[in-house]
Amino acid sequence: MKETLENTAELLKEFEAKIDAEIKIEPRDWMPEDYRKHLIRQISQHAHSEVIGMQPEGNWISRAPSLRAKKILLAKIQDEGGHGLYLYSAAETLGVSRDQYIQWLHEGKAKYASVFNYPALNWADIGAIGWLVDGAAITNQVSLQRTSYGPYSRAMVRICKEESFHQRQGYEIMWKMMQGTEDQQRMAQDAIDRWWWPALMMFGPHDSDSPRTSNAVKWKIKRETNDRLREKFINKTIPQAELIGLKVPDSAIKIIGQDAMGENMYEHSDINWDEFWSVVNGNGPCNEQRLNHHIRAHEEGAWVRECALTYYEKSKEK
Amino acid sequence: MGTENQGPVWEVFIQTKPGQPYKHAGSVHAYDKELAIENARDVYTRRNEGTSLWVVPSDQIVAVSASETSSFFEPADDKIYRHPTFYNLPDGVKQM
Ligand SMILES: [Fe+2]
Ligand SMILES: [Fe+2]
Repeated sequence: MKETLENTAELLKEFEAKIDAEIKIEPRDWMPEDYRKHLIRQISQHAHSEVIGMQPEGNWISRAPSLRAKKILLAKIQDEGGHGLYLYSAAETLGVSRDQYIQWLHEGKAKYASVFNYPALNWADIGAIGWLVDGAAITNQVSLQRTSYGPYSRAMVRICKEESFHQRQGYEIMWKMMQGTEDQQRMAQDAIDRWWWPALMMFGPHDSDSPRTSNAVKWKIKRETNDRLREKFINKTIPQAELIGLKVPDSAIKIIGQDAMGENMYEHSDINWDEFWSVVNGNGPCNEQRLNHHIRAHEEGAWVRECALTYYEKSKEK
Repeated sequence: MGTENQGPVWEVFIQTKPGQPYKHAGSVHAYDKELAIENARDVYTRRNEGTSLWVVPSDQIVAVSASETSSFFEPADDKIYRHPTFYNLPDGVKQM
């Protein structure tokens, strides 16, 4: 269909009517350029996060304390690789190739979740990551199941099915440590002390400081705001911490009422936004290491792709 | 077949149980059909989600949707007599 000025207005009206009626937008449907751009940025950032997120945990596969723990961690990390692939496959429907997405990541033009720029220092961190980092991701992803873009929504449904095991295995690690020796309990508390704030930062800036939120909410790419999702996560997680004897590292925590479901709601301190922006802008403890590792792995795998491509070209000739 | 250095795109369809229709699950990159079906297994059936898999080269799929060609599905619009509810039945017919 040739696009003229009038029919762009017409197409936009149809598009917005679909959004209002909760009809999913599919790859071949007309969509505003800004909608496509927002999706390209958000879905690829999400995909990169899944893949870069394999690194802090990957360090602990060879050091897992038991065969059971090692098998679980391997399966969990393999899932994250799979999540990356579901999301790249959704992102590709927007007309950008996977190679291009990876190139943008390597050039520093695409971001990934800042939380993965923190190091996993000991085994308790593996518990804290599964419980808090996957927990925060799930809160966001459950909401994104209702996103307006069909392929993204379907990827989210699939991912959410797999994520609940991730959070449970992390929480189980923490719970076991809290039933262990005093040293183990100290390690568990130390891990939540270090991961609590980075997990809360995963929801992004305050809505008032998040210039892109309004379009994304209007077009139902995002269904809930950053702050709303963060509150949900805090309200769910504090009772889980208390149940196993852990304290979240925030002295301002206080119950301020109950929600419609009768669950407690909490007051809490604000995030250290200087730290947030510093890590987003590349100055976290592991930014360089994470990206360099990804680039190296990609380059070291180049010969496999070249061989496969040659084989593919040759088998076409036959 | 459009390809960069990750190989062409294949669409993946999964049958969850014998007798069920195949449903689109997503896509994978692969250089040939053996690799495509193995990648599809690794990416989309890590939890026994399927008893059977199809992979189809993406560029072999022919598609149309109502939003592009509104008249495409029109022939079905004025044929309500294709639905059982169109018909009147005499009282006393119990099941039909
Ligand atoms: Fe994930
Ligand atoms: Fe996960």
